[in-house]
Amino acid sequence: MVIGLSHYLIVAAMLFIIGVFGIFVNRKNVIVILMCIELILLAVNINFVAFSTHMPAAPGVNPIDGQIFSLFILTVAAAEAAVGLAILVVYFRNRGNIQVEDADLMKG
Amino acid sequence: MIAAIAFYILATVAIASAFMVVASRNPVHSVMFLILTFFSAAGLFILMGAEFLALLLIMVYVGAVAVLFLFVVMMLDVDFAELKKGFLSYAPIGAIIAGILLIEMITLGAAYFSDGGRPLVVTDGTMSNLEAFGAVLYTKYAGAFEAAGFILLVAMIGAIVLTLREREGVRRQDANAQMARTRKDGVELVDIEPGQGLG
Repeated sequence: MVIGLSHYLIVAAMLFIIGVFGIFVNRKNVIVILMCIELILLAVNINFVAFSTHMPAAPGVNPIDGQIFSLFILTVAAAEAAVGLAILVVYFRNRGNIQVEDADLMKG
Repeated sequence: MIAAIAFYILATVAIASAFMVVASRNPVHSVMFLILTFFSAAGLFILMGAEFLALLLIMVYVGAVAVLFLFVVMMLDVDFAELKKGFLSYAPIGAIIAGILLIEMITLGAAYFSDGGRPLVVTDGTMSNLEAFGAVLYTKYAGAFEAAGFILLVAMIGAIVLTLREREGVRRQDANAQMARTRKDGVELVDIEPGQGLG
């Protein structure tokens, strides 16, 4: 039994779907929504690494490029988590809760 | 064979713990399951031969991001039972969206592999993963690498600026005020007449 590209793609797809499902289900808890975004980015990373390591050898194509891109996604994900959590802390300080449904001050 | 067993164990753990991130009632448990998910994903990366990214994933996510999440979860005094209330009412719409996405992905995958699958060759082992990384990261992708560092700097400054606050009534050390003090406004010499006191 050989584990091929499609196996990894299926795992990544399931992680992605769980992340999207979590965003829709946890409408109130911003912390869990941020964690779901991390799950989605992880799924994308798995896709990148899977394609990178299973890529057919071709002239002019460096298979490591996918992993490099995955590294940059990791960077952006970490920055996003830091800024998101900082916004969350400020929001909690001002409002006393973190319910997403209460964040409708801009609604006309 | 062993690789296949390892793959199925890691994949099962990753997906199950990812589901628990979404489903668990306590956000601290969610963070713990997120850590488990990332550990399993790192195992999958190692199976694929991307050791450097696997270790980076553990360092960045378990070492930094998960600790950040834990810190915020424990710092905010939130009634988490209250936050969990709408779970079941939102489950159907979430399931519908997830189902649509699943169908899309399956269709896409079926289209991709319909011609018997592309010839997939695992990259040759002439260079180690880390060597291959270093060969391009500081040459071909040097600009992107600098940009990534700049993004991290901006994120750091942004997080500090957002959460910084001046509190009223807190006594702080003011180095400038301390340095500007002279003997004249610090000490007063009083010549006291005998038998009179300071009065």
